[in-house]
Amino acid sequence: MTKAAELAKMGEVLTNSQIGGRRNIVINGGMNVAQRSSSAVTGIGASDGYFTCDRWNFNTNGNSAGRLTMSQASDGPSGFANCLKLECTTADTSIAAAERFFIEQKLEGQDVQQLKKGTSDAEKVTISFYVKGHDSATYTVGLYEGTSGRKIAATFPVTTSWVRQTVTFDGDTSGVIPDDNTAQLHLRFYLHAGSNYTSGTLGTSWNADGNTTQISSDGNSFFESTSATFFLTGVQLEVGSVATPFEHASSFGEQLSLCQRYFYKWINTGLDDNFNFYSPYSPAQVSAGLPNSSAICPMTFPVTMRASPTMATTISGGTLNRQTSTPFGFVAQMGTTSTGTHYPTQYLADAEL
Amino acid sequence: MDYDKITVKYYKEDDGSNSTKALKVIYNETVYSVPTDPANRHYAAILEWAKIDGNTIAEAD
Repeated sequence: MTKAAELAKMGEVLTNSQIGGRRNIVINGGMNVAQRSSSAVTGIGASDGYFTCDRWNFNTNGNSAGRLTMSQASDGPSGFANCLKLECTTADTSIAAAERFFIEQKLEGQDVQQLKKGTSDAEKVTISFYVKGHDSATYTVGLYEGTSGRKIAATFPVTTSWVRQTVTFDGDTSGVIPDDNTAQLHLRFYLHAGSNYTSGTLGTSWNADGNTTQISSDGNSFFESTSATFFLTGVQLEVGSVATPFEHASSFGEQLSLCQRYFYKWINTGLDDNFNFYSPYSPAQVSAGLPNSSAICPMTFPVTMRASPTMATTISGGTLNRQTSTPFGFVAQMGTTSTGTHYPTQYLADAEL
Repeated sequence: MDYDKITVKYYKEDDGSNSTKALKVIYNETVYSVPTDPANRHYAAILEWAKIDGNTIAEAD
């Protein structure tokens, strides 16, 4: 790049306010946080879910026979300690029309208002990420906006070495994104697709053409062989037409807090750090006259969650009677307890999109 | 969560009525408490699940 071009790019970055403040809209783009599991999760492919790195969802359609293992791997380009790693364990070379899977991060509407989508001032957005695989391959990356069903996509290459890929999309003057806490903008990496999604010409400008223009027909399928791998890290989505350097969080704790808005896990590490029911428990604020044999326990989450979370609570030696949650905390009640007994408890709180 | 394989029940309040705050969902032998918050993705999916013939929210144990 010439000096003049470099200066022009710098000017553009300054104009777009891409220096200073938080640039990266993606959470956990460096794949540092993996509260659900930092080790490999096998047999993924039959249903959607969040399995390893926080905020990164596996989404599937069409009952592919393909299966994969997902893990948070200690690998990455210079400056990155972690990545999301996929390994194909069952191939699927007979791709039915309705098959599709992608890795995605769903973003709340209130977190993407700076894109000015649906207005005449709509901003360009740039996606950058580091990828590598087991062989040369081509996949599709795209944005999908949930309320209007509008989308845009581009292909990207993968080689056996870490390479930073960048894609810039024009702003979209149609489809205003609601300013709320629901899933509005979806950043997707499409890795397997049948003709229902590939039969049209890839929609490289914003469109509402439906599924057939969603994914490139020239792309590879991750499920093409059991030697297939896909590594991803350093994912950044930012306003503007320039891919600025990946914005690392100031600390692991900061990134963890951002993730805990969507998922929180209280586990027993083996030390004396259990969350306990103790029977009977009758704090002043509980005036309903609980039976003496019951125990009730309120807990406050470390950060306000996106919505009231789904709770999965495990009580050692006891049975949960009922529980309710809000974005701020939850209350759980055991129906039958023995006086003077502690009941070590662990829980998961899931408010993901 | 594979919604073809879930069981959904009400929780009971102390007065014996069905709780309106959360549902008890059993999947893969794990019990989940799903709050009746439309922004909760599991609750939104259960509302769709309940529209399918044969799927009903059972009384509490």
